[in-house]
Formats: sequence, C-alpha cells, structure tokens
Amino acid sequence: MVANAEPIIESRPVPRVLRWLGMRVLFGVLTLFLVSVLIFLATEALPGDVARIVLGTNATPEKLAAVRVQLGLDQTLVAQYWHWLRGVLTGDLGTSLINHYPVGELLAGRLLNSLVLGVFALVLILPLSLLTGMLAARLRDRFYDKTLLGSSMIANALPDFVIGTVLAALFGTTLFHVLPPVALIPPGDLPWWHPADLVLPIAAMVIMGVAYLSRLVRVAFIDVLQSEYIQQAVLNGLSMRRILFRHALPNALGPITPAASLVAAYSLAGLIVVENVFSYPGIGTALVDAVGNHDLPIVQAIVLFMAAAFYVLNTLADVLANRTRRRR
Amino acid sequence: MLEVRDLTVGLSGGGAEIVRGVSLEVRAGEIMGVVGESGSGKSTMALALLGYARRGTRVTGGSVLIEDTELLSLTVRGLRAARRELVAYVPQDPGAALNPAIRIGNQLAEIGDRAGAGELLESVGLPGSREFLRRRPGELSGGQQQRVAIAMAVAARPRLIVLDEPTTGLDVSTQRRVLELVRDLCHGSAMAGVYISHDLAVVGNLADRVTVLYAGRIVETGTVGAVIGAPAHPYSRALLGSVPSTRERRELVPIPGRAPQPGEQSAGCRFTPRCAHAIAECGTREPALTLAAPGHAARCLRIGERLGRTETLVLPAKETTEGADAVLTVSGLNAHYGARQVLFDVSFALPRGNCLAVVGESGSGKTTMARCLIGLHDRQDGELSFAGARLPASAGARGREMQRRIQYIFQNSHGALNPRHPVGDSIALALRHFFGLRGKQAADRVRGALERVELPERFAQRYPAELSGGQRQRVAIARALACDPTVLICDEVTSALDVSVQASVVELLRSLCEDGLSLLFVTHDLGVVRSIADSVVVLNRGRIVEHGRTDSILGTPEHDYTRALLADTPELFTAPEPGSVPG
Repeated sequence: MVANAEPIIESRPVPRVLRWLGMRVLFGVLTLFLVSVLIFLATEALPGDVARIVLGTNATPEKLAAVRVQLGLDQTLVAQYWHWLRGVLTGDLGTSLINHYPVGELLAGRLLNSLVLGVFALVLILPLSLLTGMLAARLRDRFYDKTLLGSSMIANALPDFVIGTVLAALFGTTLFHVLPPVALIPPGDLPWWHPADLVLPIAAMVIMGVAYLSRLVRVAFIDVLQSEYIQQAVLNGLSMRRILFRHALPNALGPITPAASLVAAYSLAGLIVVENVFSYPGIGTALVDAVGNHDLPIVQAIVLFMAAAFYVLNTLADVLANRTRRRR
Repeated sequence: MLEVRDLTVGLSGGGAEIVRGVSLEVRAGEIMGVVGESGSGKSTMALALLGYARRGTRVTGGSVLIEDTELLSLTVRGLRAARRELVAYVPQDPGAALNPAIRIGNQLAEIGDRAGAGELLESVGLPGSREFLRRRPGELSGGQQQRVAIAMAVAARPRLIVLDEPTTGLDVSTQRRVLELVRDLCHGSAMAGVYISHDLAVVGNLADRVTVLYAGRIVETGTVGAVIGAPAHPYSRALLGSVPSTRERRELVPIPGRAPQPGEQSAGCRFTPRCAHAIAECGTREPALTLAAPGHAARCLRIGERLGRTETLVLPAKETTEGADAVLTVSGLNAHYGARQVLFDVSFALPRGNCLAVVGESGSGKTTMARCLIGLHDRQDGELSFAGARLPASAGARGREMQRRIQYIFQNSHGALNPRHPVGDSIALALRHFFGLRGKQAADRVRGALERVELPERFAQRYPAELSGGQRQRVAIARALACDPTVLICDEVTSALDVSVQASVVELLRSLCEDGLSLLFVTHDLGVVRSIADSVVVLNRGRIVEHGRTDSILGTPEHDYTRALLADTPELFTAPEPGSVPG
C-alpha cells in the first residue's frame, strides 16, 4: 500500500449531514441575534416619546420621568437591549405600552388565527399549483397554458393588496355580496367557527401563491417532459395519466419542493397584507396596529417571530434542495 | 412483417423534410441495418416506425404497416397498444431513457406482467433476483442498463424491435454481448429488427440487410454482402473508406464537405457536392432507386458504370528505435481514488514523434492514467519524467513551460470549450497565457492554428454550439497546437464522433505526429489504434498486461485479455489473403 495517510471521509456520510445541520442551527441563532439587534435599533429610532405615548399628551413632567424610570428608558441603549433580550430568552416578551397586557398573552390568539389562515392557504396552494402547472406543461403553448402564464404574470405584478381588495369588492360588496368583506372574528373564538369569514382571505393568499408557484411547477415539468425517459415512456405505449403522475411527477418534485418551501416563506409577507385588507385579527393586523400606536414591545415580538419563521422555512428549502441534489 | 412505404417526416412549420420517401421491408426473424452519419435522419426515421415524431416534427406522409396494422392511421388508444404489442424501441442512451426514480422491476411490470419480470431479466443475461428488481437505473452499469432497456422492449413480445444505436456508449465486450442478445432475440423468436447505427462495422456483423441513408433519403439498400462487398453508391463507398480495421494499418479516407441540413434545396442528388464521381447531370436530376443486382439497389445515375474504386491505402508501420529517445517516461505509477487503487505499477515510455495508444475497457484506468500524466490526479505516486526532467505529480507544481509543452484533449469537446466565447477567443486565451500575445499577433496565431486543423479562418468568430462535433474537436486540437506542445494527450477524442468524422480527426492527428509531435492516444477502439498508433499499451484493471509494437500486439496478441478485446471488436474487412491485390 501507499504511504498516503489522508483520512477517508466519503464513507461516513451521516456525521457530515449532522455537522451541516449543526452549522445551519448555529448560523440561524447568529442571524436571529443580528436581527434582534436591528429590530431593537429600528424600533428605538421610531419617532415619538414612549413615556408620552403611555401617559397621553396631558401628562406632567414628573409623571413622565417616573414612567421613564419604570420602563428603564433612562438607562443606556445597551442596557435596555440587554434587558429586552434577557426577557425574550426567558419567554417574557414584555408588556404592551397601550393596554399593559403581557405581549405573549396578547399575541397568542392572533398567532393562532394567522397560523390557521397560513396553513389553510398553503394546503390549497401546493396541490393547486401542482395541478395547474402540470396541465400547463402538458398543454404547452396552447390556449390554457398561455392564459395561465399571462394571468399569473399579471397577478404577481400587481401589488399584494390589489387582489384582496378586488375580491372583497366583487364578493363582499356591490356585485355579488355573498361573503363578508371583513373577517370579524371575536377574540377567544377559534377561526374555523367562522368559515365564511375565512373564505376571502384564504382565496387572496391562494391566488397569489398559485400564480407564482404554478409557473415554477410548469417549468420543472417542461424540463422533465422533454427528457428521454418520458419519450421512452410514450414509446412504451403508457397512458398519459400514468406518464404524468408516475413517471414525471417524482422527478419534477425534486426542483419543485425547495421552491415550494420558499413560496411558503414569502407567503409571510403576503399574510400581513391580506390580513389588513380583510381586517383579519392575526399578527399581521396586530403588527400594523402596533406600529401605528408605537407599541414597541409588540412590534419587536412580531418581527422577531417572523424573522425566525422565515429562517426556518428558508433552511427547510435548503435541506430539501440538498436532499434532491444528493439523490441524483 | 414490417412494410414502410414513402415515409416522410418534416418540420412542423412545413417545408424542410428530414426523412424523404423512405420505403423498407423487413421480414420476421430478419435484422435490417440502417446506416448514416449524424443528421441523415436515421433516428427520426426510427421513431416514425413507432408512429412518433419529436416535438417540432411531423410525419407528413407514407405508411408504416406492421403485420396488418397501419400504424400511422391508428387512434391514440390504438397506437398505445401497438407500441407495446407490435413495435418496441431500444434507445441510444439507456441511462437517460430509463426513469431514474422508478425501480426497474416496476418499470418492467408496466409493460409486461410483474410475475415474468425476473425471468425476462434472466433472458437478457441479468440476475432476476428480487434484490436486482428493486434497484433503480442509477445503480446499474451502462451495459446492465441497456439490457434492462432491451428486456423492457421485448416484455410484451412485439413483432418488431427498433434499436437506435444501442451500443454507442458501451465498450467492446459489452457491445458484443448486447449484439449477440439482439441477434438471438430476432433470429430465435421470429421478431423483425431494425438496427440504426453510424458504425458500418457493427451493422456489417449483425444485420442481414443494410440500408444506407443520406440526407433523409435511401441511397443504397441490399444484403450485407452486397452493400459492403460491392457498394454501388459513392457515399456507401466513402463510408467504407473511413472505417478502420484491426487487421491492417489503413489510411482512413474522410468524406470531404458536410452532410446537408434539412431544408437545403437541391434539384439533384444530395451527395453531389461531396462526390468524387459526380457529373454535370448529378446536380440537376435526382436518380431513382435502381437495381444494381437482384435485391441490391442504389440511387446513383452512374450505377452500373465501372467507377474507379477508392483505393484503401495500407500504410507501412513506422520505423522506431525503441526507448532511444523517450520524451515522456512513466515508471512505477500507482494511483488511487479514495481507498481504492486504480493503477498498479504502470511503466512505459513514449518515444519522441511516436504515437502510443493506451487501450482498455471502461474501468481499466486508462483515463486516470492520462489524468496522472497531465497532473490532474493528485493521489498518485511513481516517477514521471518529461524531456529528461522530473515531472511533478501536480499540474500546479510543474511550471508554465512544462504545462505548455504537454497538452490534453478531452473526449467531450462540448464541455472543453467555453460556450460563451467564440472559439477563436478560447484559442487566444491560451496564447495570452503562455506567450503573452494579444491583438493582431494573437489573431495571426489563432488563424495559423485553425489552418493546421483545416478549419477556415472565419470559424474563429463562431461559438461552440454553432459547430458540429467534429469541428469542435478540431478546435480543441487547434487550441492545444497553439501552445506549441511537445506531447499531446488525447483522451477518447474520437469516440463521440461518426466514423467519417473520426477518419478526418485520426488523419489530422497522424499528420501532426508525422510532423514530429508525440501522441499519447487513449481509446477503447482497436481499429483506430491500428490506424494511428506505433506502439500499444494494453491496460486491464489498472495493470499493463501487454506492451509492444502495434503490429505485433494486434497481429499476434499474447495476453488473453488482448485476444478477448480483439475478438469482441467488430471487424468489417476479411483478412487480406496473402498475395491478393487490394481493391
């Protein structure tokens, strides 16, 4: 044998994957830390005196000073950040400046509402995109394909709120008036107790998601349908349905899955807009309200949560992309 | 059994025709070979036999009759059934044509019945075990994949099997076994076969009858003996002249010019511009397919005339003084991939101005060896020396001068040229790197390099995708020549090319070698070796099993492995009888 003492790493793939995942988590924590600093600085930079927001315009200077001490606003920025971070790490997100409830308690119900909206939308987006995209690839350059391409391009080019507004106008007001234009879900109720209120917000999310994802699905399928193994399947006399679902789908899922998880991540931004269009009581509306009210602890908590969710979904996309690459 | 009449396939837009009025008859148990260069329309025709046209093309006329079924007038459903029960297709590249995501057992079960899948695999010489059926195509070797593709094709017991260059990517011994399998299937079970290939040697050994296709037209058809023994069309003759032989050092005669593209208009015979025997009338009138002898027809105006035969020149072996002046020597070379050793104690010398061929099957280590010599394989030890100086193992440690003097040409010229640069820029880059030349000086050298590989100056402006495979390979050679090398390492440079194009590349390399360049020619094709190489190294599983002069190694091989390789290589030409006049 040769005196070449290089260690052989190819034969042990499992630790490598674990190490990779460990690195991702570490980077995640680091990213979130940086995000938390940014959030803190940005919210602190918002105009307006927090003590005055808490007490109203008629407060006396003494009272203002007392509140500032109580909120720790007299301390240095670093100390204030440290105080906040320690709270976040121990599960204490602070209290609302407006109604003095704990932020966690205030947001829990909102979070559930948003989650329901997001999950319902995704559950519809994925299969719908798959079907419409697949059909477009199959009927490439025909009328259906061109219509889908054109309309999805328009849907994606429009600002996010337009689709929701159009839907609300069409089905919630003058024209058909079959569905409530605003989703009034009382606090404490679970969202699915009010299915009619859910329809339009979910529809808006689904239209935006499908318009984007179905185009990615279409391209992935066109690639696969041009491959030699699909030509061979046609030459083997297999039925079109079998070719699409058994032969093309497993191969197209490779490039589609990471794209789908990215779409899920971007849906977070859509969520904020859609919730506000329909006044849906989720964290999106809570965020906009909180920004308007200068309710800093709520803004900080929501943005931090969204950053974390975004990071997780992005990492998921990476993991899935990696997995497909390794299988090739 | 199969009766094709006036089959025509054109581009969907109308106008250009890829296959023009092809008529064929194949009987049960018979194999028809269809021969032509790339672009002759042979694959398009093969697909049309299954009633299939690629995207952008359309079967515009004619009939394909299999037994009593007219394939071109079937409904979608009927065609689907016909494609299982009447006609099946074996693709060129099973690696791409088998679905990577589906286990082969399931793929077989889609066409035949699941219970018979194991037995079916055994009939094509593969294990029929449950473990094997559970594998995916990616877990099989190229030969195994092609056997699976053939098993799938015959699973529903079709009456006709269409094979489109099924052995192109395989090495000779695998190729021989696949060809035997095809022959047994057709002759044994009264199935008709249509075998498409650019390789006359393969077709000559397998088929009962041969059809030669040029620019989408049949130019000659007849029994193998007639077409290969007494070709009646100048194109068939020209093709034969470009086929190498393992038995003698032939000068390969390339066909001048290039095959016409679909849509290029011509009133006369399409081969006229490349034909050595063309007369004025050839350019204006396209001849009909005329009988040259019973059962042997050709489409040539001058059929029946005794045209001067193209003499194939048998070249004398080059005089070499063994080991006297070695430009490159290798001694005790070992190489590894991870923990696996792929080269064992390889030693040989390349004499200056000689061509040394390194032959072996895939997996024999010949490409690894070439990569060791160019310095791209780090895990090697042993002694390399070049022009009397020690050659470091890594290309980075060699210094610019040594890098320049040893040049490498890859099998895949498509991957070796930057697709976003005109090819002239790719050559100029090498000139700037090694000689610091720019501007006009560089342009002059680029022109000179292209001239040496017989490409016109204007090709410098073209992008790799605009060139044919043979032209790209010439550009790659031109780039190496621009560096003014001492040694050229050629790694399977002709194996992706048609025989006629291969002939021109081989002759080019031979002329360079005669000008004093030393060549290390890595290949699996013993015919090409016989034509170009002065000496041969035979590699088997990383070890040299035989080493010597080409004439003696290929004439009187001593090692069993060399004998097996020679026996597996299809040979078109019968051994010259002593004393007979060639031609």
